[in-house]
Amino acid sequence: MLAHLPVLQVLLPLMAAPLCLFLRRPYLVWIFTLIVSGLAFLISISLLQQVMVSGTIVYEMGGWPGPWGIEYRIDKLSAFLLLIITAMSTVILLAAHTSIQKEIPKSRQIYFYILYLFSFTGMLGIVSTGDVFNVFVFLEISSLSAYALIAMGKDRRALWAAYQYLIMGTIGATFILIGIGLMYQMTGTLNMDDLARRLPEVAQTRTVFAAFAFFIVGVCLKLALFPLHLWLPNAYAYAPSIVTAFLAATATKVAIYLLIRFTFSVFGLSFSFTTLPLQTLFVVLGLIGIFVASTAAIYQKNVKHLFAYSSIAQVGYMIVGYSIGTTMGLMATLLHLFNHALMKSALFLALGAVMYRIGSVQLSSFHGLGRQMPFTMAAIVAGGLSLIGVPLTVGFVSKWYLVLAAIENGWWPVAVLVLLGSLLAIIYVWRIVEAAYFKEPAVATDRVREAPMAFLIPVWLLVAANIYFGVDTRFSVEMAQAAAQSLFGVSP
Amino acid sequence: MAMLSGIYGLLSASLFVTMDAVDVAFTEASIGAGISTLLMLTTIAMTGRTEHSVRHKPLLALAVVFVTGALLIYATLDMPYFGDVMAPANLHVMPRYIQDSMAEIGVDNIVTSVLASYRAFDTFGEVVVIFTAGIGVLALLSFARRPEDDAEISSDNISMHEQNLIVRIVSKILIPFILLFALYVQFHGDFGPGGGFQAGVIFAAAIILYAMLFGMSVARRAINQTFVQLFAAVGVLLYGMVGVVSMLNGGNFLDYNVLSEDPVAGQHLGILIIELGVGIAVATVVIIIFFNFADRIDILKHKVNKKL
Amino acid sequence: MMMILGLYNYWIVVGLMMIGLYIVIAQGNLVKKIVGLNIFQTSVFIFYISLSKVDGGTAPILVDGISLYSNPLPHVLILTAIVVSLATTALGLALVVRIKEAYGSIEEEEIQIKDNQEC
Repeated sequence: MLAHLPVLQVLLPLMAAPLCLFLRRPYLVWIFTLIVSGLAFLISISLLQQVMVSGTIVYEMGGWPGPWGIEYRIDKLSAFLLLIITAMSTVILLAAHTSIQKEIPKSRQIYFYILYLFSFTGMLGIVSTGDVFNVFVFLEISSLSAYALIAMGKDRRALWAAYQYLIMGTIGATFILIGIGLMYQMTGTLNMDDLARRLPEVAQTRTVFAAFAFFIVGVCLKLALFPLHLWLPNAYAYAPSIVTAFLAATATKVAIYLLIRFTFSVFGLSFSFTTLPLQTLFVVLGLIGIFVASTAAIYQKNVKHLFAYSSIAQVGYMIVGYSIGTTMGLMATLLHLFNHALMKSALFLALGAVMYRIGSVQLSSFHGLGRQMPFTMAAIVAGGLSLIGVPLTVGFVSKWYLVLAAIENGWWPVAVLVLLGSLLAIIYVWRIVEAAYFKEPAVATDRVREAPMAFLIPVWLLVAANIYFGVDTRFSVEMAQAAAQSLFGVSP
Repeated sequence: MAMLSGIYGLLSASLFVTMDAVDVAFTEASIGAGISTLLMLTTIAMTGRTEHSVRHKPLLALAVVFVTGALLIYATLDMPYFGDVMAPANLHVMPRYIQDSMAEIGVDNIVTSVLASYRAFDTFGEVVVIFTAGIGVLALLSFARRPEDDAEISSDNISMHEQNLIVRIVSKILIPFILLFALYVQFHGDFGPGGGFQAGVIFAAAIILYAMLFGMSVARRAINQTFVQLFAAVGVLLYGMVGVVSMLNGGNFLDYNVLSEDPVAGQHLGILIIELGVGIAVATVVIIIFFNFADRIDILKHKVNKKL
Repeated sequence: MMMILGLYNYWIVVGLMMIGLYIVIAQGNLVKKIVGLNIFQTSVFIFYISLSKVDGGTAPILVDGISLYSNPLPHVLILTAIVVSLATTALGLALVVRIKEAYGSIEEEEIQIKDNQEC
């Protein structure tokens, strides 16, 4: 069975989703989903071990080899991403049943879990596959289910946010489709490995330039890179809390993965970074993204909006690290991928707990929450500190490596700007702290109680991970380093 | 406007025929020109035809379109010419499909071999996409129906559907033939154009025709919605199970060679079953989507009638 | 001259794509946006099918005595893409229906105004 793990990783949640329809009771479906996600997590651990020991795993679908059939290709980068996605999904699901009880009508809860599983499957599929068209198919699985999940939010603005996301997302996906078509036209293959071999021959044609451009723009739409980020804040703010936590922890990470995969493994480093001004463009966009989004976050009245803007800023950090173009820079990006997933899932899940208790996440309704929900608010503060990059949290680790990478490359101004961006984070996190601890509650104090254990356990698991991986950086740094080195073709 | 887009679908379908893509043409005709247009008309019926034609952001739109278009034209300059036999796309992966698919899979229609065997995993993904859409529509539009609503709505409807007697009789005769045609398309995919998708859509079209002519409440009584949903799940699971069975038989996921003693017979069996899975899933999902849209119209009309 | 003859098909496709894209961005009516999206996607399909065409080839169904067929692979990809596009259309329209019920309008600007009042 061990040889089939790459496909089982994706197949398990995929087959589980339609089965949910037969279970009929939301509680059972939740348990089932949780078990499936947990198993997927175990599989990803096992895959990671295999990859670290014996290198890239190739699995041929239908027994058809290479460019004729579709193959799954799991290398260190994919295995790392698989681990992040499955781990986040499992922890977040712990709170799902309690949270959606208040946010989604009972008759629709089963559909919620099915869509959740499909979104999960789609992301795993994107990360595992070695075929560019297969990427498109799984991208659509994950996006379509994400649109529907977002639209399930209670507020009517969720519908409008989902519609806007659908339009932008579909334009992005169609751009990617055009890019794939152009690549196929010039090389005659859809297999990533094969493409990497055949693209250099035609690299100097205008068609391949265009293919690259369409692909990058399409991915950046999905990535919410400034200035293509406009769909994200509302989508995150009005989606059900669980969905926000899940998407914030995973969806943008998968888009970053695609960007790295295509620029490094398919088009090749020399094409991506030397023939085109991609590097400069991305540094500039990344930095502007950090400042614009962080500043916007400061002025938000809705805390979910606030953290959504902060997510856009964090994407900026990842892009800056990526565009430095050295092993160190890429490593910082991968580290931040992992660390940001930890922070944002903790924060959004804690917000889910607030939503559960007081039914709102407006900043004004946070007044006095520091005393009413001490554990939840402490978690938000811990997550916020991590977001700022205070030592002993994961946020510090990734910013540290990012600054080091910039300095190593001689990009002093970039290093300074990255640090300045963190100052903005202090301001927006402070606004929440101020509201929760230094303002008197507007309504009677005794009515609001601490969040239920179903929230506290996963939230504090994530906070603990934030601190643990901030102190003991061996695992995350080693993984990020190994993945980055393998992409640069350096044997460890 | 929706009609225009339907016509566009039909036109592109005929364009596909001239470019020798018969399978694609068949699908585009049934989906692009058929189901999509139907859904659009249903939506417009609900949302009203009036529109304030405010074109906003025309400059931004023009700029985006201009840049994208220019980039695409730029890209075409280095492309191999239209119809070029020596284009890279026709030299690398493609020849194997043409030369060896007969020996490896034993199916006349190369599109079917590639779709259902070489790239079967993509097709599996696509079944999942359509299933996702079905569940998404259910999550957005379904609501718990109360029996008394049903009764009132159907009384609203009956008066409407007693007209058009001739159309009803003609269609009543036609529907069995459409269903038969769907079955033919389903199992003929090995030799000519056709297969699970097209068959599924045609099958669903027959049901939709029935529902449109005899009223939603009659159709709903004939077709149990919960049952349809479970059936859609069965379609997806059937496809997946073929893959799982081939894994149990010692092959890779979706490796049909191990399904039978003789690899080619195994391929035939595998393709037959997965096409069936595709057909079931597509038909049921299209039915689910249509019924949920139509239900919304009924409720809307009902509310209007009550107000009057 | 050769170039025009060899590429005119692609240029027409590009034109169609851009019409679709323009409708998506510039239209304020939500249903029309979806129609635009459909046109955009269908044009991409035509592009794929164009690149599979082989002069003198026939439809890719094996018949004795014919050795030149059009490329079946793009056909397969587009079959998948058509179904994906149907799925997107269905979901998009379902959203439009719900938006109409919730806001009483399907014009982008009116919805935008109503949202701003709430904030």
